[in-house]
Amino acid sequence: MRSFLFVLAGLAVMGLAFWSYQENYKTRDALSEVRNLHAQIGRNHERLGMLRAEWAYLNRPDRLSDLAELNFDRLGLLPIMPDAFGRVDQIIYPLPDVLPIIVPIEVDSAPVNLDEDAL
Amino acid sequence: MIRTPLRPLARILKAREKGEDTDAIEAENLRLRHEAVRDRSRLRAEGRLLVLGGMFVLAFGTIGMRMGALAGTAPEEPQSAATGSPIIGQRADITDRNGRILATNLETHSLYAHPRDMVDPARAARELAVIFPELEEEDLVKDFTGSRKFVWVRRQLSPEQMQAVHDIGSPGLLFGPREMRLYPNGAIAAHILGGASYGREGVASAEVIGVAGVERKFDEYLRDPSQENKPLELSIDLTIQAATEEVLSGGMSIMNAKGAASVLMDLHTGEIIAMASLPDFDPNNRPQVLLTGDQSDSPLFNRAVQGVYELGSTFKIFAVAQAMELGLINQDTMIDTQGPLKWGRFKIRDFHDYGAQLSATDVIVKSSNVGTARIAMQIGGERQQSFLRSLGFMEATPVELQEAPSGAPLLPRQWSEISTMTISYGHGLSSSPLHLATGYASLLNGGTRVTPTLLKRDTAQYGPRVVSESISTRARDMLRAVVVRGTASFGEVAGYEVGGKTGTADKPEENGGGYYDDKVIATFASVFPANDPKYVLIVTLDEPSENSGDKPRRTAGWTAVPVAAEMIRRVAPLLGLRPQVDTSEPIGVTLTSN
Repeated sequence: MRSFLFVLAGLAVMGLAFWSYQENYKTRDALSEVRNLHAQIGRNHERLGMLRAEWAYLNRPDRLSDLAELNFDRLGLLPIMPDAFGRVDQIIYPLPDVLPIIVPIEVDSAPVNLDEDAL
Repeated sequence: MIRTPLRPLARILKAREKGEDTDAIEAENLRLRHEAVRDRSRLRAEGRLLVLGGMFVLAFGTIGMRMGALAGTAPEEPQSAATGSPIIGQRADITDRNGRILATNLETHSLYAHPRDMVDPARAARELAVIFPELEEEDLVKDFTGSRKFVWVRRQLSPEQMQAVHDIGSPGLLFGPREMRLYPNGAIAAHILGGASYGREGVASAEVIGVAGVERKFDEYLRDPSQENKPLELSIDLTIQAATEEVLSGGMSIMNAKGAASVLMDLHTGEIIAMASLPDFDPNNRPQVLLTGDQSDSPLFNRAVQGVYELGSTFKIFAVAQAMELGLINQDTMIDTQGPLKWGRFKIRDFHDYGAQLSATDVIVKSSNVGTARIAMQIGGERQQSFLRSLGFMEATPVELQEAPSGAPLLPRQWSEISTMTISYGHGLSSSPLHLATGYASLLNGGTRVTPTLLKRDTAQYGPRVVSESISTRARDMLRAVVVRGTASFGEVAGYEVGGKTGTADKPEENGGGYYDDKVIATFASVFPANDPKYVLIVTLDEPSENSGDKPRRTAGWTAVPVAAEMIRRVAPLLGLRPQVDTSEPIGVTLTSN
């Protein structure tokens, strides 16, 4: 009985050692993945910053106004002026939909028998 | 162990035979036994002490080793505890009110040299001088062949330049990562943003610090990593700022002015929507500070905040509004405008002779110095001072710019009676266009003090009351009348009911001798739409002259007003203001009622 308990305890120790060994390596893997992800986030952040800076540079007002001038023939863009605002009464009311036909009138192309309906 | 008996029989019997004392034997044996016990227990105690000492040495040794290891290694963040995103150690962006970027960072590289590692310093110097024309070959050769171990070559490199330096192939030329502050919009809002430069520099990094404007004022906020790169949102609108600067620079060249400034302010919130000062500069390449001469000639000088000028007749509305608030006059009270008004050796004249009397409204509309001076005499110096103080004319503007404290107004040393009279029409007190914008905003928003700000704000300010609401309305009506039938008739913009007051002030001579005849500061302080004021616009031109007529015309009505009108025409639709159109009476319909 006693030796059986000793063997059991020995096996338990070995099992736990195996488990902790695995956990240790899993943790290391997870940490290195986190490190990689952080580095990736950092790189993406940098890239995002660069793209945002480029976007802002390409959309700077000076350049946009130059482009609007260059492409005036095609686009006809002008600075917005007070007359760009319309008034509500310049817009026509939406045309009413055609009403549904409630009392249909039969239009029959069949020849009328004059004999039956003689006046 | 065999225990020795205390009275061994053999010895006892032997001793009895000899007639000796047997007790001595027992005592002897007892002593021996005690000694043996003592020796054993001492040995055990010594062993225990040794073990204990060993334990102590081990424990303290472990602690000491650990402390030594901690002190000797570089600090490292606990990896498993890192939660969320890693700290972004960049200077925060600055954006306009709609989130468009005004300032951001760019990754570049710096170039430095270790001359000891160079194989052919002369060739490296020659090639570098070809890539960077501003570097002198002789200087580089001197640096590379001298005793120096480390030389900075350039702080920033473009990717093309970096590749070219790579191609030199010298092992002594090295690159370090470097962050660079970028202002993608160039000179737009240059005076507000200020600029940035490098603080402490190292090979691996360098700190970017603000040198002027909001970059300097909010330096700590922008560098604070705990803000997690949250941008600084300004009240500026980039589109409107760009349009303002475009119109202002066009107006400045048409009116032959040497400088110009404008301030557009939301009069309820105190937010500065656009603020321009010309000439300006590119904050990406900030010019040097002038070491000699007048700082106000430098493009770095912010005329809208730092430039204090006598702003002329634009001040008249303050005197009239205060007199109405005090109940001394109302808008129809007739004021004596017979000129010239003599006070001691001073004479106050009007631009034209306006006859004996004008109503208070017409004093503003026709801009009578004499009439305003008489109203100011009724108010008195004390009350005038406290009113101007309540509008913010007595101290530098509290706007969030590093330069703001240098724009403190110039006040008369002694507030005499003549000061009271001249200040009522804007002479003798110098203030910045931003002061004027704040004063007009406070007077016209219903009469509560506003504080100018460059930060985005959502709610209206309700500061201490300056004038009552009805006086604010009446002042606004007077300003509207100036545009409808007064000195600012060019200021009419269809649909926007502009109201405003012109001001033309002669420039004082630098050496203090008096005033120039042919140099003026022309200002137009306007509010739109006058029936429901939303924005205040100040336009100031420095030494304008409009030369289309026979004689050059310098009054604000001919110079600043048309520029301001064009600005309102451009900017008001961008602000989302719909022009107010008079709805005509329906044709052929007569209203009837029973």
